[in-house]
This record gives sequence, C-alpha cells and structure tokens, in this order.
Amino acid sequence: MSTVAFSISQADGLSVRVCGLWAALLPSGAAYFAHEGTLVCADLHLEKGSAYARRGQMLPPYDTRETLRRLALDAARTGARRVVLLGDTLHDAQAHARVAPEDAQALAAVARGRTLLWVVGNHDPEGPGGLPGEAVNEARVGPLVLRHEPAPGPQPGELAGHLHPCARVTAAARSVRRRCFVTDGRRMILPAYGAYAGGLSVLDAAFAGLFAAPPLIGALGRDRVHAIKASAVGAI
Amino acid sequence: MAIVSYRAARQRELKPQPSLGPAEPTALPPRFQDWFAARGWAPRRHQLEMIEKARAGRSALLIAPTGGGKTLAGFLPSLIELAERDPSGEPAGLHTLYISPLKALAVDVARNLMTPIAEMKLPITAESRSGDSGVAKRQRQRLRPPDILLTTPEQLALFCAWEGARAYFGGLKRVIIDEAHALYASKRGDLLALGLARLQQFAPDLQRVGLSATVNDPERLARWLGAETEIVTGDPGPAPIVDVLLSQGHVPWAGHTAQHAMAEVYDAIRGARTTLVFVNTRWQAEFAFQELWKLNEDDLPIALHHGSLAAEQRRKVEAAMTRGQLRAVVCTSTLDLGIDWGDVDLVIQLAAPKGSARLIQRIGRSNHRLDEPSRALLCPASRFEMLECQAAREAVAEGALDSDAQRPGALDVLAQHVMGLACSEPFDALALYEEIRRAAPYADLTWEDYEAVVEFVSTGGYALKGYDQFRRIVKGQDGLWRVRNGQTALRHRLNVGAIVGAETLNIRLLAGRRAGRKIGEAEEGYLEQLEIGDTFIFAGQVWRFHGVEGPDALVTPAPGAEPKMPSWGGSKFALSTYLAQRVRAMIADEPGWTRLPDDVREWLQAQKVRSLIPAVDDLLVETFPRQKRFFLCCYSFEGRLAHTTLAMLLTRRLERLGKGPIGFVASDYALAIWAARPMDDVDLDALFQEDMLGDDLESWLEESVMMKRAFKICALIAGLIERRFAGHEKSGRQVTFSSDLIYDVLRRHQPDHLMLRCARADTTAGMVDLSRLGDLLARIRDRIRPMHLEKVSPFAVPVLLTIGRESVPGAHQDWVLEEAEDALIAEAMS
Repeated sequence: MSTVAFSISQADGLSVRVCGLWAALLPSGAAYFAHEGTLVCADLHLEKGSAYARRGQMLPPYDTRETLRRLALDAARTGARRVVLLGDTLHDAQAHARVAPEDAQALAAVARGRTLLWVVGNHDPEGPGGLPGEAVNEARVGPLVLRHEPAPGPQPGELAGHLHPCARVTAAARSVRRRCFVTDGRRMILPAYGAYAGGLSVLDAAFAGLFAAPPLIGALGRDRVHAIKASAVGAI
Repeated sequence: MAIVSYRAARQRELKPQPSLGPAEPTALPPRFQDWFAARGWAPRRHQLEMIEKARAGRSALLIAPTGGGKTLAGFLPSLIELAERDPSGEPAGLHTLYISPLKALAVDVARNLMTPIAEMKLPITAESRSGDSGVAKRQRQRLRPPDILLTTPEQLALFCAWEGARAYFGGLKRVIIDEAHALYASKRGDLLALGLARLQQFAPDLQRVGLSATVNDPERLARWLGAETEIVTGDPGPAPIVDVLLSQGHVPWAGHTAQHAMAEVYDAIRGARTTLVFVNTRWQAEFAFQELWKLNEDDLPIALHHGSLAAEQRRKVEAAMTRGQLRAVVCTSTLDLGIDWGDVDLVIQLAAPKGSARLIQRIGRSNHRLDEPSRALLCPASRFEMLECQAAREAVAEGALDSDAQRPGALDVLAQHVMGLACSEPFDALALYEEIRRAAPYADLTWEDYEAVVEFVSTGGYALKGYDQFRRIVKGQDGLWRVRNGQTALRHRLNVGAIVGAETLNIRLLAGRRAGRKIGEAEEGYLEQLEIGDTFIFAGQVWRFHGVEGPDALVTPAPGAEPKMPSWGGSKFALSTYLAQRVRAMIADEPGWTRLPDDVREWLQAQKVRSLIPAVDDLLVETFPRQKRFFLCCYSFEGRLAHTTLAMLLTRRLERLGKGPIGFVASDYALAIWAARPMDDVDLDALFQEDMLGDDLESWLEESVMMKRAFKICALIAGLIERRFAGHEKSGRQVTFSSDLIYDVLRRHQPDHLMLRCARADTTAGMVDLSRLGDLLARIRDRIRPMHLEKVSPFAVPVLLTIGRESVPGAHQDWVLEEAEDALIAEAMS
C-alpha cells in the first residue's frame, strides 16, 4: 500500500505510478501513459452479444459498437499515438466474422494514424483475423511488459487483464459494485473494457499471491476513477 | 374431545356451515343432500347459486368473506357433474382445473377435497401438481390426467408451452381460480388471463369460476376472469372488532417497530388462543420476534414466518399451526393468503396497515366462522401511524376498500406467453392476436405492440438486423410461426413464470471451512451491509457473518451477541391513496380530534398554534432553520414511493436555484429536504409546478436504480436474459454479468426498445408512483400553504427523527465511492 504513489485531481481523476511510469486511469477502464503516448485497455470481448444470440439468447447486438465508441473517445481525448489491446479483444474465435461492417470501420478509424497492437488472449489466440491491428504475444512500454494473463507470483513491471477485477465498495451503509484497476505500484491488473464483460471480485482466490502488499483499488465511477483501500472492499 | 371435533370441522372451507335458515337444496342431487344432512349442515345460498350458474352454462365469480364455504361452492358443480357422468363412457380427460396463487394451498385443497369424495364414495380422482411434484407423478398426470387437477398459474403457463396442450385440455369443462383478488392486478394475473384465453381456445365451452375475497370493484375482477362472467355474492359476516393499541396511553413520536408496545402485544397474545402478528417487513418480523421472546416468561410457543426463511422451516411452522401447537406467529405478507387455521382468534397488525383492503384480508385470517366477528388489534409505531391506524379502523368499519391501480397487460409477460405458445404448436399471427385480445388485460392491445412483441420473441426486436440468422421462432412457408428447435423450447420451459425474486444468497452454517446446513436466504442488498465479523439477526437467532463463498453467505451462531441491525428495506407497500385521503381529512377535522389519544391531540393542537393545520386538499410546506441547515418539509400523504420521486425532482430544482440541497428523507406521510442555504424565498408554486414531470423526470429516471431493477425483471420475464444466467453460477469462478450492462448499452443505442418501454411502464407505475405524484401536483395547484418558521414544527419532528440511515442520496451512487475515497485520503494525510 505504502509503495503505491498516486495523485487525485478533480480535473484529471486518479493517476498512479506503476514501475516508475505515471498512468492516468480513465473511468472507461483504460489506462493512459501520457509520457509514452500509450493507451491500454483489456478484455474488450467484442461480439459477446452475438455469441449469446447464436445460442438463442437475443442480447442487444450493440455491445461491439458501444465498446468501440468508448475506445474511439478515449483515443481522441488522450491523443494517444499507440493503442494496446490487452487480449480477449474478440469474444470467441469466430467473432471477427460477426463484426458488422460499420463496426469494423470504427475500429479502422481508431487505428488510423496510430499503432494498434493486439496482445492475444485465450479467447482470441489468432489475433484480429482480418480486422485492423497487429497481433503480438506481448508488448513493451519502457520497463513495462504488457500481456493478457497475469503471470503467477509478483511480477514487477507487468500490465495485464484477463481477470476482469471488480470490487464491492461499502460506505455509509450503502454499497456499489464496480469494475476496478488493481495495483501495488509494481504491476497492474486492468478492468475489463468490453460493454458486456462480467466481473470477478478482487477478493477471489485468483488474485491471491499476485501482489506483494495490499494493493490500491481504482474503482470506476461515472466521471472519474476513485482510489479505494483494499481493506474497504466488501465480500459480496 | 370437544375441541378436536371443533377443529376438524374447521378445515379449509370445505365445510358448509350449520344451516343459518331454511335453504332450498333442490339444486343438489340426493347423494349430496344426504351428505350435507349427515354432517348436520345445509348448503348455503351462494353454494346453490354457483350450482345453478353452472347448470345454465355460465361463468361465475363468487365474492364472499372467508369462512363462507367458498372453496366447496367452487367445486360442487364439478363434483355433481362428475358424480352424474356415465361410468361406462369414453376414457375421461381432465374435467376441472383449479388454480391457486400458492403451491401449499393447492396441496391443502386437494387433500380436503378428498373428504366429500370419500364420504360420498364418488368415482372422482383429484390431484395436485407443482414444481415440487416428482417427475414420475408429473409424467403420469400428463399421460392419464385426473378428473380434477389443482395447481398454480406458473404450471398453467408450462402446460401452455407443452406440445400436447390442445389435446390435453380439449375436454376441460371448468377452471376455478382461487384467491382471484390476489392475482388479477399483477403480472401473474396477466399471465393467467392469457392462459385462460388459450384454454378457451382449446375448450370453447369452458366455464370459468373465480373465488375472491371482498374487493373494491367486483365488475373489474369479473371482466378479468372473462367476458359475461356473472357475480355471486355471499352473505357478509359480522363486522370485525378492530381496536387501536395505546401503550399506556402514549404514542411515540417516530419509529417503525412499535417496540414501546411489545409488553401489551405479549399480553394480548397471552390472552388469546392463537394470534397472527403481522408486520410490514422481514426485518420488523425478526425484530418483533426477538422482542417477544425477551418477554416470553411463560415460554409460549411463538414462531416466525417470512419469505427469507428456508421453505422447509416455513412448512414446519405452517404444520405446527395446522396442528394447533402454536400460540402466535410473527409473519409478513407471506401469510396474507393461505390455508385457514381455525384456531386463530386474534390478528395483531404491528405498525401501520398501509391499506384497508390488505388489513381486511389480514383480519379475515382470524375466526373463520361466519357467525363470529374477527378480532384485530392495530399497533401504531408513531404519531402519523396513529392517524393512519384510526383511519384504517374507520375504513374497516365502513367496509371501505382501496383498490389496485388499473394497468394494461404487461408486454414482457405477453412475450413470454407468445414464446410458450410457439413451443406448444405453430401459430398464425392474426388468429393469435384475436385470441390474446380476449384476455381482459390485453383487450386494448394494438396490432403495432403485438407485432413488436412477436418480433422481439423472434429476433430480439433490434433496429440493427444482425440477428436475423439467430431467430428463436421462425415463420414457416405455411405462414405459421414455430419454435426454432427443441433446445430453444427446453430453455424457454426452464424460465417460465412471472415471479422474479430479488438476488439472494443462501445463508449457511460454516461447518469446518465449508458451507454446511442452509438456514435460509437473504437478499444480497441486506447482506452487503455487513462486514466480516459482524453479527446480525436471522430466523430469530444471532449469527456471525464470515463472508461469502459462491452463492452462500457463511455464518456461525453467536448467541448472546449484540446484533447489528442492517435495515431491511422499507415497507413493500406504500400508504394507499384511499387511506391517505382519510388521514388528511382527519387532520383537517378539528372537532373530530376528540377520537384521538391525548398526546396525539396535543400534538395537533401544538401544530395549529406553532404552524398550521392544512385544509383537506391544501399542501402545507414549511421552511425553518435547524443546526446550521435549512429545511423544507411538505406534508402530502401520498406514500413513500411518490414522495421519494417528488424529493428527487425538488432536489434537482433547488440545486438549480442555488440552494445547495444536501439530502432528503421521504416517508409515507411527508418529505423533508435540507440544504446549505435558506429556502424561504423560493417561489413554491413554481417549485411544485407540474412541468417537473417532463425533462427532469426523464433524465433522473434513466439513471435511476429503480429503472435498472425494473429492466432486469422485465428482461427475465420476457426471456431476454435467463434466470440461471442472471443468478449465481456455482461452478468455478464467479463471474457475474449484470443486466445493468445490457440496460446501459440498450439505452444508448435503441432507447425505444420494447424492454425499455416495459421497464419504464413498470417503474412509473410501481417504484416511482408517477400517476399519484401527477394527481398530487394537480390537486395542490394554487393550494400550497407556505409557513416560514423560526424553528422546527410539531409535524416536522417525526419526519426529522427518521433522518439517518433512511435518507436517500442522489440517483447515481458514486458518492459511495467518494466516501470510501475520503477515508483513504484522510488516512494518507494523517
């Protein structure tokens, strides 16, 4: 806990220092490394809606366009030169074929004039499958290693997704459950970015052993990310 | 022994009463006449009338108080027809379908129906069926139906989704809906009305029979049952004796628990044979149960019954009641309906009753004999509740009932029904439209809405046509719609029903390090208020909370520990419009204050001197400073839901006026808003302008928790999301995919989607109580009576005393995050 340096400002929200680099945490669930001009987001799970529809559950088909709308906004607002998608960008191996043409164009617009890197994940081991972007197993930003699944044990300098962290925060006898960033200042797990991505409580065993000290929780609010102590996270 | 036979004679209504006068039993065949005579009974007038209606081929609604032999009246025509049928005829199919809102009631009625069948040696089979019935029994019932089948609305919906439904119900002669008053105004009532329309399609001569307690508008209930339903009214019983309990002559200023009166409540229980103690929330039930046991020096068998307790435990309590082993049960609305317990001779309503119809229903749970009055005791928990109890008492004396609001049939329910029919057999869209409109709630269904529902069922009804390849129902070359495949039909059948409970967790004993025996279930929202190590009361005992694992909250007993008391929601029911009107009239009627206890009268006097007693249709709005804050209180008596909405909207306006509103509290009677700056100069007529129901309402509603909750319920009923997928999955890691995500996406990309329309209709009718708020704003136009005071008024005291945990913050809940963040910053800065 004491190892995490962070700053909170009303205008820019919460920033944290991970392995020496400052990242602004955005309420959409993306992290922006301004000095490096790099926007990172994890677990977009594009076409999750149509994956359910294929099995007879007709969820609204707008999740891909909603996720990409947010991505385009984040890219434009930050002016990022590079966008790194941290794996599970597509919900399944056939998902690229279900992306509507206008959604593919929206992704192309994000890639225009920028480097778009797809770190591959377990849901999309083949990468973009014809969509814009370059598939890589890992990416590097200065001292940081960007991969999909967090490696076991403390991993200084790792940025990962995969776990979809979320936290139950209770105050004044009320509580909310939100997606969140989790960092101990050495590594950081990003929340899922996809409109339909689910969440896993940070108290789940999957997070055990990843952090040397109790981490800082960056809970997504409507207008900014809020810094919460790990001990203030509720059990449910 | 006298007591035993007395009890035996008072089983669930399948007992005609001793003759009250000369009756004309000519409608009865000799075998039935003999049976009545052998029991020393004579048939009642309304029982004979029901037989005559049936003989004339009419559908009939019987409205009679409890204890009038209502259930037997419903079954007599079928028993007679079945007794008279030719025994060598063709193999019999299902003759009569009985539907009750409660599983347990269907089972109980089936058992009691065996008495006349056995005693008259009638060649009739009668069986119950519910989700709990074994697979073998259900299979057999499907292949060889009994003459009479007793079941629930959900089972009928399942029948309608069966492939063999048409043949199964082809010979159906009669359908009996018990406790119809408890069903018709709800989504379950919509689903049942659609099911009845379908049954009528299968069996055109089907007679519909409704059994109901007294209702405000019998014609409306009769229309719901079916066109050309005739009403039969039973003789009213004697007027109930209703008293209001005054604990040592005092009424507390504020509160919900009536803790002050517990000793008198205990004495009343001790003085009665068996008492039902009704409360309005589960938390109140736990609390009252705890308090009564603290006083229970006589070790009276007092039990607890509410919807969160394990089903097994509830059944145990019900069985003990049936055996006459209990002296009292503290219960919530879970016992509003159900099996009659003859021994109950007192009903206590702890805290205010909220509506006169509900109160009359509850009072009717005592003394189920027509010739004896029911006895009830009302225990107000606060000053305003005292007025409400008095109003309710007078309403009961006059037999004046409040009514459920009129609402059109829900489209999410219709979507479920249409999907079910497609699972049963191919349908023609136009023919189905005509059939659906024969269900009263859907009589005014437009073709456009119907088409939208069919499209929704098929593809989800999206403007983006990406899902045309994934249809759930498809239109064949013959022009008929049918389910896409067997798997889709199977999934639909798993998700049938219009009851959607809150997300719950099992409460289980921690056994070693694992989850052990289940104690009950509690809503997530309740358990979320606990931290690990906290103690809380559940099922009448104190437990320590050890955290959550998957779908289970793990606890260990903590006897003797001082329990933390998380609030368990407010009352589910808001003060009815009808009672509110009476309360306002009672306040305005100064000469009538003599009916009230001394301290309440003094309170009203003080209000008159220090502020104002408003006329019956006026709205009193007070402003006053208190402890560096500035308050605005208004006394509109329109129920908690409408008041919460009003407070939200007023807060927005005060924000724009630069008054810096900080918080508000809303009760059934009044609301208070406090702000950083004085509000004396606010133009109240403008503040309460009806145009607040425009854009302000829209933008607040869209983000409100209520809308999201309503959306989830609609989406579950309509089959947009599935129950098992919405709930907790036991396997592996618990990744929850919230319906809020779907709501947010849909709201942005297709704001006019059918499910959002449904959610909006439910929210404005239910949680937001918009029509009532609209009526209020219209009523008080030019009738606002402002009072700018130096200090808090007598009326404001009970309102301000509830500030604390009940105050409601803004619509989006990020302030919770801000609070938690402040704690972190404070620590970092120290």
